[in-house]
Amino acid sequence: MNKIIKYVLYDIIRNKIVLAYTVFLLVLSIGLFNLGGNPEKAVLSLLNLVLLTVPLISIVFATTHFYNSYEFMELLVAQPINRKKIFLSEYYGVAFSLSAAFLLGVGVPVLLFGASLTGLYLVLTGVFITFIFVAMAFLASVITRDKAKGIGVALLLWFYFALIYDGIVLFILHYFSDYPLEYASLALTALNPIDLGRINVLLNLDVSALMGYTGALYKSIFGSIWGISLSFGLMLLWVLFPVLSSKRIFSKRDL
Amino acid sequence: MKNLSRHIVQITTLLLLAGLQVQATTLKVCATCPNTSIRKAIALAKPGDSIVVDGGVYREGTIDIKKPISLIGLNNPVLDGQFKGEILNIRSSYVTVQGFTLKDVEVSYLSDNAAIRVAEASHVKVLNNKIENAFFGIYLQRADSCEVRGNVVHGQATTESGSGNAIHLWYCDDIRVQDNKVSGHRDGIYFEFATNSHIQGNLSQGNLRYGLHFMFSDGNVYMGNTFRQNGAGVAVMYTKNIVMQDNLFEDNWGAAAYGLLLKDISRSVIKNNTFKRNTAGIYLEGSSKLDVQKNNFENNGWAVRLLSNCEQDTFRLNNFVGNTFDVATNGNTVLNYFSGNYWDKYNGYDLNKDKTGDVPYRPVSLYSMLVERVPPSVMFMRSFIVDLMDQVERVLPSFIPERLVDANPSMKRI
Repeated sequence: MNKIIKYVLYDIIRNKIVLAYTVFLLVLSIGLFNLGGNPEKAVLSLLNLVLLTVPLISIVFATTHFYNSYEFMELLVAQPINRKKIFLSEYYGVAFSLSAAFLLGVGVPVLLFGASLTGLYLVLTGVFITFIFVAMAFLASVITRDKAKGIGVALLLWFYFALIYDGIVLFILHYFSDYPLEYASLALTALNPIDLGRINVLLNLDVSALMGYTGALYKSIFGSIWGISLSFGLMLLWVLFPVLSSKRIFSKRDL
Repeated sequence: MKNLSRHIVQITTLLLLAGLQVQATTLKVCATCPNTSIRKAIALAKPGDSIVVDGGVYREGTIDIKKPISLIGLNNPVLDGQFKGEILNIRSSYVTVQGFTLKDVEVSYLSDNAAIRVAEASHVKVLNNKIENAFFGIYLQRADSCEVRGNVVHGQATTESGSGNAIHLWYCDDIRVQDNKVSGHRDGIYFEFATNSHIQGNLSQGNLRYGLHFMFSDGNVYMGNTFRQNGAGVAVMYTKNIVMQDNLFEDNWGAAAYGLLLKDISRSVIKNNTFKRNTAGIYLEGSSKLDVQKNNFENNGWAVRLLSNCEQDTFRLNNFVGNTFDVATNGNTVLNYFSGNYWDKYNGYDLNKDKTGDVPYRPVSLYSMLVERVPPSVMFMRSFIVDLMDQVERVLPSFIPERLVDANPSMKRI
């Protein structure tokens, strides 16, 4: 398995997209930290960026990578190697390389300019988001053999989690505004890893105190060790669910 | 001739009075003096005398002052209330109390025990005292023309119901409250029916409820005070003709915290104040004819929350910088006026270089309207869809109150 991961990594590094991604993140984060002056503000701007670009790039890159290495996988399947191992190696290869790019591009500047607990949450959230969206990309890829369709599904997933979901929830909140929705809205955030990550970082920034009663309520929940571990636990579930289901599909279906 | 003699009589009376003033004696109280008790010294003193207390700790229960004398502490004498009743009870005009440390006043749910009470008197001066661990600190009732200056009042309040106010005025007129430091009480400075007073240079911080709280207190001037980290900021109600100038409201954070809460305030001026890091900078409810100008609103959650029952309020030449929401309102009726403010979120242009933007600025965002109506939607703060919604709404306003607009926003910070 380690050997396959190694080959996948070699392959990814050779095509230089990940390298470009690293440089892009690095330039953006260093720029943001040097522009604002206030590291907390930079972390906030970085958060917006991380929650928009990281999922998009992870999902698109992972989907295209999966389809591009289809022949390699077919070759491996012909060998006496467990299909699950092949799939997981592919997954780890892509997820590790993208997370490494993220850690280099965002983690290092955060460590240098704005090392704080919030910075740590930001980096952790970014890594989790990477793992989650690579997993979703793989799920989209194993569902269909058609590359265009796969990428379409992947993009739709990104669009859904980054934009549509929030719109739907806002609509629901507005429609049922006569009811006490504090806890319901909290539960609804758990159904979107991007929201989960955003709230996690936001509530650990000082701005949370500015969000009035509801903000204070969320802070009392998310601010505690218990709440933070719960939200990262939920994110872990968000990794596991698509990975395990796509692994199942991959090992059963006709390639 | 008749006139002259009357003059002579007048002059001699004046001279006699002056002689009396000069003859006013000074009584000394200290551990080694003939007089070791403040109570006895007061009993011995004649009107106009001074009593100088030199060091020491005095446990004499409640000390009543019923004649115009000066009580002056040297070398920090301590009056210990031992949690029994009040400490100084001033019931005469022209009394001065200066330089004492007063501590340990009983908490009572039946009477408002105070470290220093001034009742039905005028021209009383309470200067440079230190009050620790009191129920009420300095309590003025039906007093006028008094001065409370340079005192430090520090309480250890834990619950709102079991604590009193640091400086409390009730039915007073023409009082000067200046350069005091108050903390750890229920309300820092509390005025009820206190009129024409001057409140300047005080620091009120870390109080459980309000840093400053007044009701029915017309014609007061608040200048250069600092209100910081109070449970619910500053709340002022049912008052007209006040001036608030050069004050600093900062770090009033939390679920119910306001920098300044205005309820039924009218015909007042709020000028040159700074509001920093408050949940809501100014919250206005039922307030009318206010002139809010040249204030700085920095890094607040809501810079201004203007309920739609406010009317004829003017916001001019203010700076709005780094606030999550600049202005929020709860309805579509807008009877207030914004002009010439600086908004850091303004992204218009100034083609004719007259330093005012050519495009009007709408300080209320769609999202702030939504949050006002559905508080849980605050959890979408800074999400992509919210930014998108706000941008679209700003280009084509359909939900936000159309008339809440700054027609000539300033391009530069004022």
